[in-house]
Amino acid sequence: MTDAELAARLLAEDPAGLGGIVLKARAGPIRDAWLETLAQAFPPGTPIRRMPVGIPDERLLGGLDLAATLSAGRPLRAAGLLVEADGGVIVVPMAERLPAETAARLAQVLDAGEVPGPDGQAPARFALVLLDEGVDDECVPGTLAERLAIHLDLDRLLEADDLPPAPAPAPAYLESLCAVADALGAGGIRAALQAVKVAQSSARLAGRAVSEADVAAAVRLVLAPRATRMPAEAAEPEAPEEQAPPPPESSSEGPANEPTLDELTELAVEVARAMLPPGILEAQAGRAQRGAASGQGAGQMRQSPSTGRRAGVRAGRLGRGARLDLVETLKAAAPWQPVRRRERPAATGVLVRQDDFRIRKLVRRAQSTTIFVVDASGSAALARLGEAKGAVELLLADSYVRRDEVALIAFRGEGAEVLLPPTRSLARAKRALQDLPGGGGTPLAAGLEAAAKLGVAVQAKGRSVTTVVLTDGRANVARESGQDPMVDAEAAGTAMRLLGLKSVFIDTSPRPRGEGARLAAAMGARLVALPRADAGALAAVVKAAA
Amino acid sequence: MKAIFPFSAIVGQDEMKQALLIAAVDGRIGGVMVFGDRGTGKSTAVRALASLLPPIEVRAGCRYTCEAKADGPCPFDCTVGTGKPVQKAVPFVDLPLGATEDRVVGALDLERALATGEKRFEPGLLAKAHRGFLYIDEVNLLEDHLVDLLLDVAASGENVVEREGLSLRHPARFLLIGSGNPEEGELRPQLLDRFGLSVDVKTPEVLADRIEVVRRRDRFDRDPHGFVADYSEADAAVVAKVAKARKRAPDVVVPDQVLELASRLCQALGADGLRGELTLMRAARALAALNGKKTVTPAHLAAVAPMALRHRLRRNVLDETGSTPRIARAIAEIFPA
Repeated sequence: MTDAELAARLLAEDPAGLGGIVLKARAGPIRDAWLETLAQAFPPGTPIRRMPVGIPDERLLGGLDLAATLSAGRPLRAAGLLVEADGGVIVVPMAERLPAETAARLAQVLDAGEVPGPDGQAPARFALVLLDEGVDDECVPGTLAERLAIHLDLDRLLEADDLPPAPAPAPAYLESLCAVADALGAGGIRAALQAVKVAQSSARLAGRAVSEADVAAAVRLVLAPRATRMPAEAAEPEAPEEQAPPPPESSSEGPANEPTLDELTELAVEVARAMLPPGILEAQAGRAQRGAASGQGAGQMRQSPSTGRRAGVRAGRLGRGARLDLVETLKAAAPWQPVRRRERPAATGVLVRQDDFRIRKLVRRAQSTTIFVVDASGSAALARLGEAKGAVELLLADSYVRRDEVALIAFRGEGAEVLLPPTRSLARAKRALQDLPGGGGTPLAAGLEAAAKLGVAVQAKGRSVTTVVLTDGRANVARESGQDPMVDAEAAGTAMRLLGLKSVFIDTSPRPRGEGARLAAAMGARLVALPRADAGALAAVVKAAA
Repeated sequence: MKAIFPFSAIVGQDEMKQALLIAAVDGRIGGVMVFGDRGTGKSTAVRALASLLPPIEVRAGCRYTCEAKADGPCPFDCTVGTGKPVQKAVPFVDLPLGATEDRVVGALDLERALATGEKRFEPGLLAKAHRGFLYIDEVNLLEDHLVDLLLDVAASGENVVEREGLSLRHPARFLLIGSGNPEEGELRPQLLDRFGLSVDVKTPEVLADRIEVVRRRDRFDRDPHGFVADYSEADAAVVAKVAKARKRAPDVVVPDQVLELASRLCQALGADGLRGELTLMRAARALAALNGKKTVTPAHLAAVAPMALRHRLRRNVLDETGSTPRIARAIAEIFPA
């Protein structure tokens, strides 16, 4: 049985207990086949509902069915999707684009197992299947992902080991899974608890006591995908064991083939290590970090926000987060009442039609992100970098009030690196800035390219972007060998201008020459010569530009 | 009935538990802000405390959870119903991220307005949380205008509604509990200052503790009612302790010498405003009451200083030291050995 099949059967065994699954897979026959397997695993007649993208709250949680209410002339309620799916499965396509509000609602219902309704609580216990199609930066909202026990990547499936006919029981599984979660740095206590549940479900499926094979499955499906560090070599897991109270059943007096806690932990760590090819952890850690912040980003993608300050009304349709302005709607309906009453003499109350609906227009102040692109090359680098760091911290302290974000890209040697993804957290910024390397060549083009990439991504979230480039403009490393580094840099600068990124070019060379001016012109940037850039002056320039 | 994880079964997290108890003893201390990672038992602890407290007496049919003998501001339809006193569990409202203003403040009852043309106010979450707890997960990700609104209502104890042709006010006194992770965005200092106490929670570092957490949760999930019964005695002790402390708190004496220490501590730390000193004094008094003492000692003050002041220190961009060590240092310098 593959892990994919096992995951489907586990979900069917204990849907609400496990919460669900984050399934990383592109749309395609493999994913469809898995969903089919999942449907087969449940008893026939189990509700398996697909959640449409951009579902409004009334449909999700239940609420007034406005169209039906208006035509009937009395309030009609409709149950929400979550209640309809009680005892079954909800499939969420494109989960990486799930708005933060919807994710928060789902997380709350997962925790409570019920939905508040007009007549008390309605049960809503279901397994959530998040179909994660994210590439690079996109990932499912962290609040939701951590509540779903199983994380599975359909592209990286491993064939589970063939089970021995009678796998050795492992009574110390709970302690062992906690130790492994610890060794892998996997998501705190919730992950350990979920691993325990998966091991129990897996054992129940096979109709046996929890055994080595169940522990291994829990590690593969729950702990390894959440790992943030590589477990140390085999000697390590013994150290934490000393602190653990000796579990009564796991001592040596058990049957000979029953593994001790140490052996079990070692086995589990081996399973995890086999699943984690080198390099994967770095990628995962980056994703996790961004996932934490992306909860809010998704909400800001919308052009017309669903929350914010009110700014008038417009005629329109309900749905997609639009909010009805009742007084204006009634005002719009008022003049027509005598006419409509003639058509429907039996009706009571105000006769409202769809075209009377007035939707609130809401505005939210555009939030801005400043991307610093810092030249970390050569001899002047350390001082320049230090000042850029100072400016970033000053701006962040300021963004307490303005709620702006700051990001930092440094380029040196062979390429550019995003040292600080967009954040408004002082704590995180400081950590990222602490050891910023310097020295080497000047790959200016690579730096500008990285800035453009990040700038476009930030713009897509509905934020306005200002790029601040700090360099002496003397590029000497091209993106591809054989090219003129300066020509290459100007091309990258032109690309930024064409992408519509607002930028400031701060020329830090002691005696500014033509390169800086040419580059600034290519970028369409404001040119500021600051031969001895200091943090305060930098922050002032940026504030003036933003 | 759904079982709720017992308060006394929570492993570790002593500072958070203590802060919650202190806030439960004296409601004027204001809300509690909990900083920390996800899955560290924040909402479990708050929910547990709410379910622990003795039920309150409300007027039957009252939509605003008014006290049985209520006076003061009351909306027009509050007295609807039989008006007979009935028992009700302490309200616990979990405010979802992305909640709309309508949901929080309350709005015109759409159903009635459309169906019968009647203008009636549909109370929001603020009314629901009256005399109970309002828990906001990830308060730092909440819309700014909502945070402002919540803190204002929490401070004034009254929700004033002026919208959609409605004009009314109703009492909304609740203990505001916020949680958030500072790594995901910070809260403005003016807002932080409105919270009475703040605590940092972390995942337990000792493996044995973590195993114990998982073991207890596993037992709770398998047999909720049996598990709750196991801890009912310990929980009852906590209830008794809070009830006794509530009664005793107003009579606890704060000596002048302790007041002076509190002022000097706030001065040394540069905590903005008088709110810090006031909270420090109230929290120390509540702690003394919880410990069964009649007088506040410097030791009580030192015990509550981190949670009362941690979030009020001005962040120094260039100083790497965290707030907690700074408070510990100031206490070591000022307090008599």
